[in-house]
Amino acid sequence: METLLNDFSPGLFVMQAVILLILIFLMIKFAWKPILNSLNERETGIADALAAAENAKKEMQNITADSERLLQEARTERETMIKEARDIKEKMLADAKDQAQAEGDKILKQAQEAIESEKKVALADIKNQVASLSVEIAEKVIQEQLSNKDKQLQLVENMLGDIKLN
Amino acid sequence: MNIASKYLSRVALLIILLNSFQGFSISDKEKQEHSIEKGEEINTKDGINDYIAHHLKDSHDFHLFSYNNDAGERQHIGFPLPVIVWTSNGLVTFMSSQFHHDDAGHVIVERNGTKLTKIHSKIYELDASASHVNFDEHHHPTNAHKVLDFSITKSVVGMLLVGLLMILAFGALARGYKKSSIPTGFSRVLEPLVIYVRDEIARPNIGEKHYRKFMGFLLTVFFFIWILNLLGLTPLGFNVTGQIAVTVCLAIFTFFVVTFSGNKDYWKHIFWMPGVPVPMKIILMPIEILGMLTKPFSLLIRLFANMTAGHFVVMSLIALMITLKESFGPVGSTGLSLVLALFISLIEILVAFLQAFIFTMLSSLFIGMAVAEHDHDHEHDSHGHEIEDAEDVRGDFI
Repeated sequence: METLLNDFSPGLFVMQAVILLILIFLMIKFAWKPILNSLNERETGIADALAAAENAKKEMQNITADSERLLQEARTERETMIKEARDIKEKMLADAKDQAQAEGDKILKQAQEAIESEKKVALADIKNQVASLSVEIAEKVIQEQLSNKDKQLQLVENMLGDIKLN
Repeated sequence: MNIASKYLSRVALLIILLNSFQGFSISDKEKQEHSIEKGEEINTKDGINDYIAHHLKDSHDFHLFSYNNDAGERQHIGFPLPVIVWTSNGLVTFMSSQFHHDDAGHVIVERNGTKLTKIHSKIYELDASASHVNFDEHHHPTNAHKVLDFSITKSVVGMLLVGLLMILAFGALARGYKKSSIPTGFSRVLEPLVIYVRDEIARPNIGEKHYRKFMGFLLTVFFFIWILNLLGLTPLGFNVTGQIAVTVCLAIFTFFVVTFSGNKDYWKHIFWMPGVPVPMKIILMPIEILGMLTKPFSLLIRLFANMTAGHFVVMSLIALMITLKESFGPVGSTGLSLVLALFISLIEILVAFLQAFIFTMLSSLFIGMAVAEHDHDHEHDSHGHEIEDAEDVRGDFI
């Protein structure tokens, strides 16, 4: 202990105190403060960047989810649209078919009516012709009968043959 | 196993050798010749002991090495440093070369009517009537007294050098951040060290809230001690952190920082410990006050003792070259000394860092205790005893 005290140099102590004080002051001013500030800045910068990246990632996920949802919606919409279109098509087809059917029926009916009337006209005409023919035949028969019995018969026969040909 | 036993036998051999060396030096004590004081070649056991003791002290000149020239005269290579002393006649300054490498009070320098001499690296002022130094039987001068010595000694040079190095290196690091946030070159090595001190020493011990205020002190002290410790391992032979004055100063700085940053809780825990009965409070008060002083005291002794011991061991091992020359021959003793000194030097490199780390760590721990906020009113268990929290327990181990 005595040697320790003997070795203690007050002058060196004072010099050391002065040097250390000045050094601490200078180092704080020119080194530690700017260094620690820069380190802090950099660290907060990195932390911010990481947070921003995390946010961006989340946002990205949100966007992906959104687009996924939109896609899904679009898909369902498309499906409904297709379904609707198909329905419409079917309905239209059915309508057209009905309409065509109705039209056809109508046409057929008209045709039948026309045929019916034509038939009536034709029958009337035939009746008329048969009547006139009968009259003619009768006239000719009568004319023949009037001359020859055989000839009259032959004439009737011929006449009838003619009618058959008609 | 084989290696271990080999190693053990070597250590045992070393211990025996060191012991014989000690015994020998004691028996030689009577014919003690201070060869170092005469600047002679160092080749005796006492000469080595004196040389080591001399090295551990501060010196007034920067001595690099000595050799014998062709004429057989001892030549010293180095350079003188300014001596600045406050004597009874005021401030006296001169270069240390005036003492002509004398360290035993033989050379007397006269300046402004003051007679000054140097004994064992200390400057003494002779009494006005005295013309030479008289010594008592303990080799203490009887007609001279010490003066206040503000000399730029070797230690002061070392401190200035380290201060300059620190300002240059860390100033460069600080300037580097202006260009880019990522340092380049040597600064890349320094940055992790700064971050290490901040994140491993200051932050955990002082706490996130207060650490920023103390970073300047802690960083400066850490690098100051570390670089000085490392400088002590170079052949320049600095032993700054082994100077008791230097470690006292560092510890006093820590003491002041702790004391002035102590908050209400800190003082309350010292003078009127909460949570204990009144008689215990009275008993605890002087213990706590003593504790305030022992903490920095342990700091100064730890650093001083570690660095002094380190220098002593390294120099003793180098000296084995001479002391074992007779028993091992020049090659054997040199080889042994080289291997052992190399091994210890490697450990000393670790110790250099460790001591700087411990000093800074404990300083920040003490600061942390002074600024800790005890917002908890100490939890009590069912018997009314205080449950010690981690912070209190931590304090007990220091």
